[in-house]
Amino acid sequence: MVLYELISYDVLRLIWWLLLGVLLIGFAMTDGFDMGVGALLPFVAKTDLERRVVINTVGPVWEGNQVWFILGGGAIFAAWPPLYAVSFSGFYLAMFIVLAALIVRPVAFKYRSKQPSARWRNNWDWALFAGGAVPALIFGVAVGNVLQGVPFELTPELFARYEGSVFGKLFGLLNPFALLAGVVSLSMLLTHGAAWLSLKAEGEVAARARKIGSVTGLVTMTGYALAGLWLAYGIQGYELVGPVITNGPSNPLFSEVVRTDTWLTAYAARPWITIAPALGFIGMAMTVLGLRKGKEVSTLLWSKLAILGVISSVGLTMFPFILPSSLNPTASLTVWDSSSSHLTLFIMLVSTAIFMPIILAYTAWVYKVLWGKVTPESVEENSDTVY
Amino acid sequence: MELDVVELSRLQFALTAMYHFLFVPLTLGLSILVAIMETVYVMTGRPIWRQMTKFWGTLFGINFVLGVATGITMEFQFGMNWSYYSHYVGDVFGAPLAIEGLMAFFLEATFVGLFFFGWDKLTKVQHLVVAWLVAIGSNFSALWILIANGWMQNPVGAQFNPDTMRMEMTSFFDVVFNEVAQAKFVHTVSAGYVTAAVFVMGVSAWYLLKGRHQELARRSIAVAASFGLASALSVVVLGDESGYSTTHTQKMKLAAMEGMWETHHAPAPFTAVGFPDQEARETHYAIEIPWMMGLIGTRSLTTEIPGIKDLVDVSKERIRSGIIAYDALENIRTLRDRAPEAMRETFEKHSKDLGYAFLLKRYTDNPRTADDAMIEKAAWDTVPQVFPLFWAFRIMVGLGMLFIIFMGYFFWQSSFKGQQYPKWALRAAVAMIPAPWIAAELGWFVAEYGRQPWTVDGVLPTALSVSHLSVGDLLFTLFGFVLFYSVLFVIEVGLMIKYIRKGPFMDVEETDEWTTRHESRLRRHDGKGPFAIEPAE
Ligand code: HDD
Ligand code: HEM
Ligand code: HEM
Repeated sequence: MVLYELISYDVLRLIWWLLLGVLLIGFAMTDGFDMGVGALLPFVAKTDLERRVVINTVGPVWEGNQVWFILGGGAIFAAWPPLYAVSFSGFYLAMFIVLAALIVRPVAFKYRSKQPSARWRNNWDWALFAGGAVPALIFGVAVGNVLQGVPFELTPELFARYEGSVFGKLFGLLNPFALLAGVVSLSMLLTHGAAWLSLKAEGEVAARARKIGSVTGLVTMTGYALAGLWLAYGIQGYELVGPVITNGPSNPLFSEVVRTDTWLTAYAARPWITIAPALGFIGMAMTVLGLRKGKEVSTLLWSKLAILGVISSVGLTMFPFILPSSLNPTASLTVWDSSSSHLTLFIMLVSTAIFMPIILAYTAWVYKVLWGKVTPESVEENSDTVY
Repeated sequence: MELDVVELSRLQFALTAMYHFLFVPLTLGLSILVAIMETVYVMTGRPIWRQMTKFWGTLFGINFVLGVATGITMEFQFGMNWSYYSHYVGDVFGAPLAIEGLMAFFLEATFVGLFFFGWDKLTKVQHLVVAWLVAIGSNFSALWILIANGWMQNPVGAQFNPDTMRMEMTSFFDVVFNEVAQAKFVHTVSAGYVTAAVFVMGVSAWYLLKGRHQELARRSIAVAASFGLASALSVVVLGDESGYSTTHTQKMKLAAMEGMWETHHAPAPFTAVGFPDQEARETHYAIEIPWMMGLIGTRSLTTEIPGIKDLVDVSKERIRSGIIAYDALENIRTLRDRAPEAMRETFEKHSKDLGYAFLLKRYTDNPRTADDAMIEKAAWDTVPQVFPLFWAFRIMVGLGMLFIIFMGYFFWQSSFKGQQYPKWALRAAVAMIPAPWIAAELGWFVAEYGRQPWTVDGVLPTALSVSHLSVGDLLFTLFGFVLFYSVLFVIEVGLMIKYIRKGPFMDVEETDEWTTRHESRLRRHDGKGPFAIEPAE
């Protein structure tokens, strides 16, 4: 027996499905707040000094946070190659817009305060706004589309083909349900950003952030509830038929899939997953309360819990589907038929087990060093080195 | 050139990759130079070295951020533009990319923030450690991405699986210790070190010419010249290593780089100058140095290096064998579990050549029915364009030699001539700044263009690697990238120049005064805090 067979193929697939969730949630919890802060920037800070304070609350950490996103891409490539291949080319133009936003964002952080001109700085402030708001919206829209099924099919050689014209691929994504999902994700990250600002800034800025955050928190809860109802009554689900083979070769065409009335049968089959949406609601409600009362650390933690609940509810509802196809349900990608090989999954698991704890340890140390509020005085004092 | 999806995807990848690689080499080298300067500061405690660290650190930061921004595009582009490629080799290729994120990107990105923001929050030694972690992180990232890229040049440790229709990993060890990847890594990072050394020397020379910041400039030249000399030597030695590994892994690329149409008796001559002609299949006006190529390429006087024409014959054989594999694969796919064992065996035997059958897709949908004329044409398709490769390679090598002379001279002057630099040498140093970038871009051109028509050598042709996109999609994003990247480029170069003009933030006396003020304030406020006793600044 070879070493990697110590963990069976289906267990590895399950672990990697969980790790995929961990990465997405890790991304939303960390990069989520600096995107939220970027999107809040024009509304919570009016003067240049206020803006610099806001930017510097995430200044030293956004770069590390963003690696969650990059690692997300790399890990999907390594562990779920068909998902990487089908989704990014299927959402082609939407991905391009996300990339554009994520390209200007780092540059805006770094370059904004390097010239004194007010116009220069104002332009970069808008870039920071777009760099936060646009990806936050599009990620939600993408999730909304995944829940409805994506119009792709696979040839026998497993080449992915899509339906739709050039711009159809972009505007086709903007259907009402997907837009609702977009609103949920945008408002969720705005709230998260507000919770961060309430911890790291003080005075006027923090007060404005708390005010906006308690509104966006309510928007998140309402939108999330509406989306749940919509899912229950208006959107078809998917189901694997026949005996489910969990450790066969990764070829999506080998399994048969049909459409069902609703995704929410999952809650009848696995009642315990109700915990996820419940966590979403409770977390968000506590965040709003915390923002109102001016609590700091606990609010940020509640907001993280809300993110955990909302994102995991999507994954748990769809399980075992990862990317359903509306064009040809049989081509749908599931946990059991769209992973890497047994060996690759094992190697990636070992690498993750080695490096993830190290990453978490030094990230924690960095946050500890940077602990404390960012004040206007500290920004002015170090004017040359900070943003 | 016809603008179809394949050509546009190639163009887009080439543009974005080469653009990313404008920032990468400077990051690789400057991160180390800055860490060296800070080490001297911590060891001697002299403020000038802190000033140098901060000054070069600022330029590093301006460059680094564009490396990050353009790297993000790279990470997602495989899925966007090379969907079939991603499916076909993701099982092997994805792993190093993901490990790069885990091992390298997190390290550099987490600590780079602390490098800039941590001056008054860390002790000197802590800050120094942070600087080194950034440098190590960047260099690790080069290692893993070049393991990924090296696999595309020499796909070891993997096998085709007919059930999943893709390459799957058979040995992670082979993928990581791929000789091509290792040769590429050392050559590429040394190229980065040369780039940074030339950059630091050029900027410092400009200060000396203007009579500004003499202290900083002289010390910077001294550090950069010794670092640069070592790197320039290793670029050439390790470039030779890269060439050597090419002789047995990618024979066609080597023959094209050398414009060698015919197989020569060992030891083959090296063509120093010549004009390769793709149509006539010969190299005109060649000036040859006898024996040289045989020595470089095979490190022996008796091993032959095959020429292009003989390699095309090899390709023909492999196409024929590939057709057998293709045929078996089609049958296995229809029969699945009922496929007889003998059929699978036939496939196994020929599966190494499966990729060669795909080359026929350009001429027929069904390679099983290909005739001799098609095979002939497809075999000639395995020859890359010789002329640009031939010259790109020679310019890179020429620049490599030039860097050794240049670094050697400055090293000599700085170590033994009391740091006296004549005006002409300083002007030359300023003029030299773009040269390493040119060499590095040409190097990538040789490596990638020379691999055509394959994305993964012998496994998957470029023409089959693309996504199901329309020309409109691609034109839109291509235009978008060009626009974006041009604007960013103008802004970045503008800022670089501005900050170089401005020079170090504060003069030495000023920094001293500032430190005293700063330290006393720290003591007054929270002398108890663990980091307040001895701030790095
Ligand atoms: C030899 C070195 C080298 C090469 C060939 C590449 N890169 Fe790179 N990359 C780096 C060396 C590097 C670096 C030195 O580590 C950078 C440059 C500046 C920086 O911030 O890190 C970087 C940044 C960087 C980032 C941002 C990381 C962060 O946030 O810190 C990503 C996502 C990529 N790269 C991805 C790629 C991909 C997918 C490539 C291939 C197609 C690629 N790079 C080629
Ligand atoms: C940053 C440094 C790099 C540069 C400057 C570079 C350059 C190029 C160029 C010029 C091409 C176009 C060749 C052609 O179509 O004629 C190309 C293609 C390509 N390269 Fe690289 N490359 C770099 C790094 C990489 C790495 C590290 C990888 C893989 C990890 C890679 C994978 C590819 C792929 C998939 C293509 C497209 C298919 C093709 O046209 O061959 N490149 N690159
Ligand atoms: C005598 C000097 C040199 C020799 C013999 C040499 C040799 C080579 C060879 C054979 C390749 C192609 C590897 C492949 O096909 O995959 C290559 C690629 C490359 N070269 Fe050089 N080179 C030299 C100088 C330089 C210099 C001075 C630079 C930059 C400062 C440079 C940067 C690169 C880069 C970035 C690549 C692409 C990455 C790679 O394939 O390793 N080279 N070089």
